[in-house]
Amino acid sequence: MQIAQILANGLVLGALYACLAVGFSLVWGVLNVINMLHGSFIILGGYLTFFAWRDFGIHPLVMLPPVALLTFAIGYAVQYGLVNKVVTAPVLTTLTLTFGLDMIIYNLMTVGFHATPVKVSLGLGSVSAFGVRMPVDRLMGMGLALLLTGALYYVMRASTIGRAIVAVRMDRAAAALMGIRVNHIYAVTFGIGALMAGLAGVIFAVIFPVTTNLSGMYLGKAFVVCVIGGLGSVPGALVGGLVLGVVESFAGHFFGPAHALTVGFLLMLALLVVKPTGLVGVKGYE
Amino acid sequence: MMSRLGLALFAGWVVILATTPLFAENYIVRTAIMIAMYSALALSWNIIGGFTGYPSFATVAFFGVGCYVGGIAQRAGVPMALAWAIATVAVGAMAAALGAIILRLKGHYFAIGSIAIVEVCRLVISSWRSVTGGGDGLNVPLLRWHPDAVAQFFLLVMIGIMLAAFVMNALVDRHRLGFGLKCIRQNEDAADMVGVDTTRYKIVGFTLSALLCGTVGAAYASWVGYIDPTDSFQILMTVKVPVMALMGGAGTVLGPALGAAAFVILEEIFWANFLEWNRAILGAIIVALIFFLPGGLLNISWRRAARRLRGRESAEAPA
Repeated sequence: MQIAQILANGLVLGALYACLAVGFSLVWGVLNVINMLHGSFIILGGYLTFFAWRDFGIHPLVMLPPVALLTFAIGYAVQYGLVNKVVTAPVLTTLTLTFGLDMIIYNLMTVGFHATPVKVSLGLGSVSAFGVRMPVDRLMGMGLALLLTGALYYVMRASTIGRAIVAVRMDRAAAALMGIRVNHIYAVTFGIGALMAGLAGVIFAVIFPVTTNLSGMYLGKAFVVCVIGGLGSVPGALVGGLVLGVVESFAGHFFGPAHALTVGFLLMLALLVVKPTGLVGVKGYE
Repeated sequence: MMSRLGLALFAGWVVILATTPLFAENYIVRTAIMIAMYSALALSWNIIGGFTGYPSFATVAFFGVGCYVGGIAQRAGVPMALAWAIATVAVGAMAAALGAIILRLKGHYFAIGSIAIVEVCRLVISSWRSVTGGGDGLNVPLLRWHPDAVAQFFLLVMIGIMLAAFVMNALVDRHRLGFGLKCIRQNEDAADMVGVDTTRYKIVGFTLSALLCGTVGAAYASWVGYIDPTDSFQILMTVKVPVMALMGGAGTVLGPALGAAAFVILEEIFWANFLEWNRAILGAIIVALIFFLPGGLLNISWRRAARRLRGRESAEAPA
């Protein structure tokens, strides 16, 4: 039954990875921007959740709406005020710009929150079924991650703003001619990317330690998930996340946890070369 | 192409750097070593990032592998200079092999691929304990000279590598290789169509951009005497080197050296005065650079800036 346990761990981890990466994938797919800020948005969500829980006793679930609003607002402002000005420039420019912004946010967070790892512990215990044990907070996190990812999928497919985002991705010029305010849509897209990162941060605060030092690692995971699953689609991020979670879980078991990361990156390099469109290579963001 | 004036200024700058031990204190000499080191890295990056226009973030991987190959060779009893040569060749070979794989990617995918190379190198080195010492790092044999003599020696070594990188840039710039690489930057498909062997050119460019990073890494390891994965594969350095080249003017021969000098000096000033906010200030500089200095220091139109200062050029001037 050990295999079942490893698989279950991997799937739970994978659902979390999907939620972590889907916003990054959206921004990359629609705006063609590699958003180096993504990891810091996750950490920001995590810290807000932790301080609300520690200082005011607010349950992490209650923190979802305010964190969503705040990270969306920051994301919208960053894109509208800064990134939009250079959004058509080569990748080096936009990547460097978001990296510079990330250095600023990182510094603000280290000074404001200190780098000591903190964690929300709800003490929910764990359940076991079919010989598989799983902490309840992880299960809840997985459920929430899948729910949020599904909600984004629904928004992209069924809402006006979602269709507008897809339209801008397909053809920026034509979308503008149809009366879509491209700059506004870009900012909304970036805002949604930041929002998904912030919400992932809320979930992660309950499961993993929160520290600014992890933002780079989360960003790396987002890269890997995007490349494995294929860029710019919700199902792609989901598949990529689940594959990475399961692969890391098995690699961690057989080669030791230190090598789990390496295996993820090697898998990504291999896929980049063999099939850069990812496992679920689709063109439009749907 | 560079002007005589630019070349003369650069020569003067090299003389100033090389003579710092004669008139300045140790701290300044150390800064001069860092300037020469980063200039060599930025000039190397320029071949792939500037001339070819491929957004490579792999420089720090070559630097880090250079550190370790040189350090391990020296520990095995190889003389220092030979260890540096071994590191150079090993890193060049690694870049050629990796280049054949990741240069098939373009744009964003290439950028991500090059970042992945850094991560894989760092993870492999940190987990390969028996050879690299893992997270504990490695001690590299130190030169048993007077500390001042050691600093002077490594200053001259780093300046030497910087000059080699500079000459390499100047030669590539004039050679058909440079012409081909610039064609690739403008339009790779068209370059391919008119007979530029794009794959081979890119691999040669990528390898050239890695070679001296290996030398710099090995020399750095001998200088500091201790290497570990976090220091040798600094995440910040991944972006610092391209930013330096952009700051001076990517794709020019003098720009990267100018940018590296400006960046290191700014960084030292901020380290000294605003320790806690050092990273945020560097971030702000990067952001300002993207918006206000997109072509780098070398491409500022001084005439237009002067006119703007006098207030003749108003808001409707072409952007």
